[in-house]
Amino acid sequence: MSNGQCCRTSSSAGSSAAVIRVSAGLTVADRIGAFRVRWGIGRMRYRVEPGLYALGSPDADSEVLVTANYKLSFDTLRSALNGGDYWILVLDTNAVNVWCAAGKGTFGTAELVRRIETVGLTGFVNHRRVIVPQLGAPGVAAHLVREQCGFKVVYGPVKASDIPPFLKAGRRADPSMRKKTFTLGERLAVVPIELVAAPKFLAPVVLLIGAIGGLTGSGDFLENAVKSGLTALFAVLAALLAGAVLTPALLPILPGRSFSAKSLLPGIALGVAVVILRAGARDGWRFLAESAGLMMIVASLGAFLAMNFTGASTYTSPSGVKKEMKLGLPLQAGAAVVGLALWIASQSTG
Amino acid sequence: MEYLRNVTSLSLDPSLCNGCGMCAVVCPHGVLFLSRGKCVIRNRDACMECGACAVNCPPGAMKVNPGVGCAAARLHSMVGLKGVCNCDCTSPCESSMEAPPSG
Repeated sequence: MSNGQCCRTSSSAGSSAAVIRVSAGLTVADRIGAFRVRWGIGRMRYRVEPGLYALGSPDADSEVLVTANYKLSFDTLRSALNGGDYWILVLDTNAVNVWCAAGKGTFGTAELVRRIETVGLTGFVNHRRVIVPQLGAPGVAAHLVREQCGFKVVYGPVKASDIPPFLKAGRRADPSMRKKTFTLGERLAVVPIELVAAPKFLAPVVLLIGAIGGLTGSGDFLENAVKSGLTALFAVLAALLAGAVLTPALLPILPGRSFSAKSLLPGIALGVAVVILRAGARDGWRFLAESAGLMMIVASLGAFLAMNFTGASTYTSPSGVKKEMKLGLPLQAGAAVVGLALWIASQSTG
Repeated sequence: MEYLRNVTSLSLDPSLCNGCGMCAVVCPHGVLFLSRGKCVIRNRDACMECGACAVNCPPGAMKVNPGVGCAAARLHSMVGLKGVCNCDCTSPCESSMEAPPSG
C-alpha cells in the first residue's frame, strides 16, 4: 500500500514537483487501515513514500516536521497538525515507527541528512531548522546533523498531539510533553498484536496435552483426547487472558516490578477459575493433583506471556529484561513441567 | 512506572559534561536533569536504556548500552531466529541490542 491511494495525495502542479500535497483529515480508509495494523494485518506494507510533503499551504518560513514512513506515524502527525501549514519530511525507515526505527538507527542521523539533501530542503525554506520527534533521539545525533548539513535539530514533544501547543510556546515543551507515558489506552492498543501472535505457540500446547490425555486416559483415544484438549484449551485461554490482557490492563496496580511477578495475581485468579470449571470431574487426590497442575500451567504460561509484553511496553530496559528472563524463564519452565506431570498423574485410572 | 531496580548501564562522567542539557531534553522518562550547569542522574531506575542521551551528548559524557527491553527479541535470538519479532521489526532486534544505533 503506497501513499496515493490512501491519503488523498496528489503531486503538486507547478514549481515544486518534488513535493507531495497531503491533507490533515483522516479518511475512513485510513482508520480501517490503522485498525488492521493493530491486529497485525499487512503491517509491514503499511508505508508511505519517503520525501517532502506539503500540508496546507506551507511557505519558506513554515516549520519542517520529520517523521517515519510508517503510515500510522505519518497519519498521526498530519491529523495532529490539522488546520496548519507545514512541511512534513518523511524518512525511509522501512515502514517502522519513529521510536523503534530510531533504536535501530534507520530513523537516524545518516538518513535525516541524506533526506534533507535529496529533497533539496534548502530550496523550500529560509530557516535551517527541522523539528524531530523526541522519540527519534535514540537514532539522531542533533550535533552531527548540524555539522553535516547545517540544519538545527529541534526536538519536538513525545506525542504528535502536543505539537501545536509546543509550537505556540515558541518551540518549547513543558516537562510533561517530554515524558513517554503508558496509559491504559496505550496499553490496550498493543494488546491485540499480542493476542494475534500467541496462538502459534499456544496451539501446540493444546495439541500436546490432548494427545497425552488420549494416550493416558481410560477409554477411547479420541474421546479422551478431545476431553483433555478442551481442558487444555480452557487453561491456555485463561493464561492468555491473564498474561496478555489482564496483566497489561492492570499493569500499574499489580504488585511487583517484573512483568512475570505482576502476572501472578491474574494468573492465579484465572487458574482458580479453570479449576472451578473442572470441579466434579475428579475426586480425592486426583482432584487435588489436577487442580494444582492446572493452576501451575495457567500461572506459568501467563507469566511467560506477560514477560513477552515487555517488548510492547514503553519503559522496560534491556538490562532489566535480561535479569527478569534469567530468573523467570527457569521458574516458568519448571512450573509448567511440574504442572503437566501433576495433571498427567491425575488422569490415571486406578 | 518503573521497571527493575539497579540494572541500568547508564553512566555519566561529570568531568566531560559541558552542560548543554540535550540529554535532559531527549530523555523520555525524566531520568536526567541539569543542576548548576551540569547534568545529573536523578531517577536512575526509570532509565530504559534507549540510548537517546548518549547519542545526543556531544562530549561523550553520557554512556549507556542501548537496546530494546523486549523478552521476545531475546528469546528469538536465543533460539537462533532473527527478525521474526512480534512488532514492527524488519531488521534483527538483537543486533540493535548489541550495537549502538549507527549515525
